[in-house]
Amino acid sequence: MNNIRPQDQVNAFDEIDRAIVAATQSGLPLVAAPYEAVAAEIGISADEVMTRLQAMLKNGIIRRIGVVPNHYALGLKANGMSVWQVPEEQVNELGKRVGALDFVTHCYSRPQHLPDWPYNLFAMVHGKSRDEVFEKVQVIADLLDDADQGHDVLFSSKILKKTGLRISRSQ
Amino acid sequence: MLDVDRQIINALQGGFPISERPYAEAAEKLGLSEDALIARLAQLLEDKMLSRFGPMYNSEKMGGAVTLAAIAVPKARFKEVTGIVNSFAEVAHNYQREHKLNMWFVIAAEEPGEIAEVIEKIEAATGLEVFNMPKSEEYFLEMKLAI
Repeated sequence: MNNIRPQDQVNAFDEIDRAIVAATQSGLPLVAAPYEAVAAEIGISADEVMTRLQAMLKNGIIRRIGVVPNHYALGLKANGMSVWQVPEEQVNELGKRVGALDFVTHCYSRPQHLPDWPYNLFAMVHGKSRDEVFEKVQVIADLLDDADQGHDVLFSSKILKKTGLRISRSQ
Repeated sequence: MLDVDRQIINALQGGFPISERPYAEAAEKLGLSEDALIARLAQLLEDKMLSRFGPMYNSEKMGGAVTLAAIAVPKARFKEVTGIVNSFAEVAHNYQREHKLNMWFVIAAEEPGEIAEVIEKIEAATGLEVFNMPKSEEYFLEMKLAI
């Protein structure tokens, strides 16, 4: 089963875009004119790189351009995946409110797998300690109020693999 | 951590300019010189305070597919199953979590159909059920973690 919906597909994504993604996915060059450096690597003009990046930012292929903090190194050593069972008809409205909390870094609705897995709303919470994560989870519980039909917090005890998402240079 | 680093991390989680001299532009808002901002970013990356600096891509919008999957792995088989799951190039992240479903991993593929294939292969190789939990909706606004 896949989770791609037709409206998410961007047909305009072409080989030049792919080359730009491949050249920048591990990072932007730390030089005064980084887009020019990317352009030189691909063999197109800096203007074209910038125009295409603007377009990708606009259509959501690029979520944002900036720093990606390493939570663990920055002292946020506890990582709790909070999972919530909320009424399905309210999940979108509640998801937006939970996702807007400043300590929630990722928030998704996902299918239940009854009876083993009743939770349909996931909110990632980072904290300096487990107690801090639990305090933040309580804020979510208060926000959800009666819509919280059960929740759990799954702490990560070990990173088993972390390679990140990678696109190849050519398909 | 230096105040300037904290300021950079809090201010630059998005909105980095697309322009000829973007570091100069971003630096001006932070009251820094272009060279100083580049130097601090290089240091933060070297010290692993930052995982990355640059565009964050949404692979699904490029036609790819991503899902979150979980397995309840019997304790005695944890190492063996970790080896099998991690051997798939499509498995991007894998975390051990404290729950009956104790292994949680992200599968990313360039073609949507590959996700189901990878799940079938993992089930066949481990003999364990894979719970597929693709997102239905994303309620993600922006990276806003203050440090």
